Amino acid sequence: MKKKLNVQSIYLILIMAFFYLPIVYVIFFSFNESRSLTNFTGFSLQWYEKMFKTRAMMESVYYSTLIAVIATIVSTIVGTIVAIGLSKSSRLIKQIVTQVNNLPMLNPDIVTAIGLMLLFSTFNIPTGFGTLLLAHIIFCIPYVILSVMPKLRQLDENLAEAALDLGCTPFQALYKVIIPQIKEGIVSGALVAFTMSFDDFVISYFTTGPGINNISTYVYATTKRINPSVNALSTLIVLVITIILIITNVVPMIKTRRIKNEKAA
Amino acid sequence: MKSFKRLVYPYLGWAGALIVLPMLIIVFYAFSMQGNDVIPVKLTLQNFVRFFSDPIFIEVLWRSVRLAVITTIICILLGYPAAYFIAKLSPDNQSVMVLLVTLPQLINMLVRTYAWRGLLLNLPFSPAVKVYIGMVYNFLPYMILQIYTSLSKMDPSLIPAAYDLGCDEKTAFLKVTLPLSIPGIISGITLVFLPAVSSFFIPKLLGGGSYVLIGNLIENYFVTTGDWNFGSAVSLLMAVVILISMYFTRKFDYDEEER
Repeated sequence: MKKKLNVQSIYLILIMAFFYLPIVYVIFFSFNESRSLTNFTGFSLQWYEKMFKTRAMMESVYYSTLIAVIATIVSTIVGTIVAIGLSKSSRLIKQIVTQVNNLPMLNPDIVTAIGLMLLFSTFNIPTGFGTLLLAHIIFCIPYVILSVMPKLRQLDENLAEAALDLGCTPFQALYKVIIPQIKEGIVSGALVAFTMSFDDFVISYFTTGPGINNISTYVYATTKRINPSVNALSTLIVLVITIILIITNVVPMIKTRRIKNEKAA
Repeated sequence: MKSFKRLVYPYLGWAGALIVLPMLIIVFYAFSMQGNDVIPVKLTLQNFVRFFSDPIFIEVLWRSVRLAVITTIICILLGYPAAYFIAKLSPDNQSVMVLLVTLPQLINMLVRTYAWRGLLLNLPFSPAVKVYIGMVYNFLPYMILQIYTSLSKMDPSLIPAAYDLGCDEKTAFLKVTLPLSIPGIISGITLVFLPAVSSFFIPKLLGGGSYVLIGNLIENYFVTTGDWNFGSAVSLLMAVVILISMYFTRKFDYDEEER
């Protein structure tokens, strides 16, 4: 049994090494003194300095974050409202919306992207921040609906009726009874929306206009030549995501363990 | 509460205009050509004829499908044992491992791919091999997580039951665990194959421009050449290829269930 466990651990360690090798490599070379991506010549922080001084680079971080935040808020609100409406709709409407929502989720990004690009050009809408944001909202809403719907299906229909009988207005019933019950689905929908938006390259690439870059389109545009500041930027992104992940995952884990321990004691 | 169903109506308009209409515009562009001053647009099959009469385009399409299929197979072969081993760990270790698999995925895809560039500069691989590494790297986490989810949903008492009924370890795996994890593999295939067929920045960043895929072709016709009609036709063909492969994957899934 012990020997078998070792094979498993070694395999998992190798897979993790494959996942983290390039990330560690980028972090290591972000402190390189020279431009080289293959020879480490000495420690330096100059690429971080350059990163903060490169206006376009800082702007890309700003746009990525801003768009992800706005797209998440808008798509979470709209997606939740649509999902609640859908749960009361006829089967036909449900099927239509599900099928249409499947289009951007099952189509390759590049097809969704050129579709939007052609749409904007057909109606002479100039591409830029507005079209980029709109595109992100469009592809985020279906994911929110998808994560809220199962929670609504589990919901006891009588609850809302009971709230109305007890004198709630429909809005109060929504706000005080339905929303708290489906909160979990809303939060996971918002997380998916944020990740999708922050991670997106393909749709952004085809729907943004001149001068407006998010991190993805910026990195794509600059990697034609070697630019070690991108290493510094990558390191920063890895750091921020790791911190967020630790806060959102490890802290609840420690909390539950503490509760368990208290119960045991 | 019935009045809530009215909340959907605005979204029907939104989705019609911003999700369905763009697809129709692509179809329209694919079947038309820029005309002259008198007739600005004319309907034609010329774009498709052009694609199929040029062996280079066929070769690119074939290469993309092959790359996506092989990437998916490698992801299943590498991902299945990983998911299986993770599912066998203690609950606490399972959540740590899931977190470790998820973390690279949350890092921006471009940044993730860029990270391989420097590393691969040191290694004497051909552009094709570099593209394959980048593909597997980007899509393996999806496969692991999908298979892991279906494995962790499995009733843990099934395996002892199989042993009691006279199965040895291998038969228990082949007759119980593997069939129950097929849905995970299928959704993993969807999540890997789809973006792999259409990928264009991984080959561009890691293959150094010498490894052209169907996604690069579409990018070129839209961004560089500006021939949107031909670009739309190529995208439509790609969508059809994907639809056909998804149909067969799903069919395989249903056949498995029927047995």
